[in-house]
Amino acid sequence: MGAKRTDFIATVIINLIVAAVVGILIFLLAYILIAGLPHVSWSFLTGTTDAFSGAGGIGVQLFNSFYLLVLTMLISIPISLGAGIYLAEYAKDNWRTSLIRSAIEVLSSLPSVVVGLFGFLLFVVKFKIGFSVISGAIALTFFNLPLLTRNIEESLSAVPRNQREAGLSLGLSKWKTEIGIILPVALPGIVTGIVLSAGRVFGEAAALIYTAGQSAPVTNFADWNPMDAASPLNPFRPAETLAVHIWKVNTEGLASNASQLSAAASAVLIIAVLLFNLGARVLGNFLYRRVTASK
Amino acid sequence: MEQTNFQLKKQDAQSHEWDVRLHRATRATREDWLGRGISYLCIGVIILVVASMLWFITSKGIATFTQNHVSLWKFLSGTNWAPDQGNIGALPMIVGSFAVTFAAAIVATPFAVGTAIFMTEISPNKGRKVLQPVIELLVGIPSVVYGFIGLAVVVPFMRHLVGGSGFGIISATFVLFVMVLPTITTMTVDSLRAVPRHYKEASLALGATRWQTVSRVILRSATPGILTAVIFGMARAFGEALAVQMVIGNAAIMPKNLISPASTLTSQLTTGIGDTIDGTLPNNALWSLALILLLMSLFFNALVRFIAKRGQLKNGR
Amino acid sequence: MLKQYSFEKTAVQTFAGNVSLAMRTENLQVFYGANHAMHDADLGFPKNQITALIGASGSGKSTYLRSLNRMNDGIATVTGKIWYHDVDINEPNVNIYEIRRHIGMVFQRPNPFAKSIRENIVYALKANGIKGKAELEERVETSLKGAALWDEVKDSLDKSALALSGGQQQRLCIARSIAMEPDVLLLDEPCSALDPISTVKVEETLLQLQKKYSIIIVTHNMQQAARVSSQCAFFHLGHVMEYTPTATMFSNPQIPATQDYISGSFG
Ligand SMILES: Nc1ncnc2c1ncn2[C@@H]1O[C@H](COP(=O)(O)OP(=O)(O)OP(=O)(O)O)[C@@H](O)[C@H]1O
Ligand SMILES: [Mg+2]
Repeated sequence: MGAKRTDFIATVIINLIVAAVVGILIFLLAYILIAGLPHVSWSFLTGTTDAFSGAGGIGVQLFNSFYLLVLTMLISIPISLGAGIYLAEYAKDNWRTSLIRSAIEVLSSLPSVVVGLFGFLLFVVKFKIGFSVISGAIALTFFNLPLLTRNIEESLSAVPRNQREAGLSLGLSKWKTEIGIILPVALPGIVTGIVLSAGRVFGEAAALIYTAGQSAPVTNFADWNPMDAASPLNPFRPAETLAVHIWKVNTEGLASNASQLSAAASAVLIIAVLLFNLGARVLGNFLYRRVTASK
Repeated sequence: MEQTNFQLKKQDAQSHEWDVRLHRATRATREDWLGRGISYLCIGVIILVVASMLWFITSKGIATFTQNHVSLWKFLSGTNWAPDQGNIGALPMIVGSFAVTFAAAIVATPFAVGTAIFMTEISPNKGRKVLQPVIELLVGIPSVVYGFIGLAVVVPFMRHLVGGSGFGIISATFVLFVMVLPTITTMTVDSLRAVPRHYKEASLALGATRWQTVSRVILRSATPGILTAVIFGMARAFGEALAVQMVIGNAAIMPKNLISPASTLTSQLTTGIGDTIDGTLPNNALWSLALILLLMSLFFNALVRFIAKRGQLKNGR
Repeated sequence: MLKQYSFEKTAVQTFAGNVSLAMRTENLQVFYGANHAMHDADLGFPKNQITALIGASGSGKSTYLRSLNRMNDGIATVTGKIWYHDVDINEPNVNIYEIRRHIGMVFQRPNPFAKSIRENIVYALKANGIKGKAELEERVETSLKGAALWDEVKDSLDKSALALSGGQQQRLCIARSIAMEPDVLLLDEPCSALDPISTVKVEETLLQLQKKYSIIIVTHNMQQAARVSSQCAFFHLGHVMEYTPTATMFSNPQIPATQDYISGSFG
């Protein structure tokens, strides 16, 4: 067989492979949207779930997902910002730094179920907080920290050195230079990373099953005092999220229409995640233009 | 005499003033202390999380052996998993986890490498415009959605095809294949892009066809990178919990074939940990499974480092 | 092949007690790890004059200059003394931020902040506690005038500094430095990225500025050194070979290395 012929065959095979990959994605999206969207209605999006069968709307779960996301981000953004600045600015090139980097690497490669189990052990078993929003948010923070830290460090380090020198040569402190000069330039990359990680957090379930729990007690959406037991903002109530709900309905659900329910919930979840991805891109580009060119 | 003395004193006073001015703490030094404090604190939190995670899971995971006096060998080689009766042979789950991991990697690698070659060598333009978004979307789909599709599409399909329940290693492999595909592809693309252009140009200039160039020059010099990509994919497959748990059938028995219900470390953990009581043998046994997961994750990590180091040495020479 | 010049045969001027110096280095050495990049530099810089540092690429000019306001901290090891107002500012316990406020620096590549023109100038002032709006406005105006940029940008102070031309950006960087009202201004090849017209503007600016500031400028351009400087130091492979008044150096160089360098038959 000639080299030309082999080349041709290889090219054909690769094209087939690529077609298959694209086909898989199209199939996935089409299946979820076609199977799910017809069942998505306003009452589904806002309704409550029947605690026994798992049937009914996903209003509480949707709220829980967003609430957990917001709490997670509130905790993890400041910490990873500080840690990212440490790595980009203060860390010296020595064994201690490489140990720290390895630790972050290890954390980022741990399976999310392990992170969830650790959260369970710490908050539910040891501290006896129980399945709660706050336990879930902290478990998600553990899961989110390494990626966010790395993203922030990379974005900060990508800012040209001469910007740092400009700040320092004016007598600004390292900290002020980093916060006031470097951070704004790195912001597009950081924001993109944050929004992408928000999508990941939003779809995460394994870390939440045993931390935020698998039940979504109906809350009183007229009561916004976080201290009240019935308030949706109460951080100590259990909070099944949309992703956990999909898992729960599929594995233990007794609802007769479990498949339709989870298709609809999956469609909502996928659309939310796609919006995060799209948002990351749009917001990143927008900020990039703001930072680099005249406003 | 008086005059010069006075001048000297004045000069002394001035230089003393400068001495003070250039040594005292200012707003900038205080800011720097503050900033240092904040960023050290943040990195400290992360280190603390990692350390306590390793510590807690390890100490829980070894309780089976230290408190319940189960022999490590029995745990690793036993095939009977019935913790209620004191039987904790974890081999079925270990085999299940490795089986789905290797199977998924074996299926996914050719697809990933093919896609990566397309994106870098055949049509970079379409690669950027079409495949890049496709890969990013695949990464973005949450694992419960993969699990749901597996349950709604793959399992019934297998049931029709070969009979039985449809749950099992094949179904899990199928789901994991799609899940690790984007991971392996993205990293393979990076390593193919890192191959110096002149390698390729030299080969083409010698009259080699595109495929000869790709297979003999580009893939060869990107091998460590591709290997790393595959290991990352395997790590993801090994640690994936819910999607696998939804389609594998969760029977803690030695898998006899690829189409009967089986279980993995992660699936056993997700189904079991809520039903056991802290401190009992069944609970400790599950933590031992978690410890295996943790150790495997560290192992994959070390492997990646090892390959990276080898690659550096080779390039250095 | 590079010609070998003896490092024993140097001609470095010292100043009598009646010349007041803005700063002075004594036995300054710089190491990048094992690379000994600067040997024994003993130079004094007269107040309100422009001193030029010339020499081939890699001869250590930037290395030396960056040591003067401790910008080499964390990058290189600098030993020896740097006298500024009778204080050795190379000691570890001096406040480097305070030093940099008094000894400003402008770099080879213009590096304005990704902020508005106004914000470029007032950012560091605000960080140093200057709050008054009127005072800030005044500093913006005087510094931009001092850097000969005011007329070009006075109507667009809120535009992004990145939208300026390279020459304008560099003058903005000079303005940003002088807005801090330093004593000494260090400039590292400030014109190398600029076109001839912008270069002339910057040079005119420097000649104006020397009335208020002491200036040390690194340049590759010997005409520039001749045009603007009063003193001139010639660096070669990490050694100061000759340090004389500029007029002397260009009309009557004291040692063969300098002769060859300024006649262009170097190396
Ligand atoms: N950051 C650094 N790390 C290590 N070595 C350096 C660094 N900066 C400069 N050097 C070395 O120090 C020596 C002097 O370099 P320096 O930049 O001071 O020269 P220069 O006279 O400013 O040259 P140029 O005219 O090209 O700017 C060179 O050998 C260079 O390799
Ligand atoms: Mg230089």
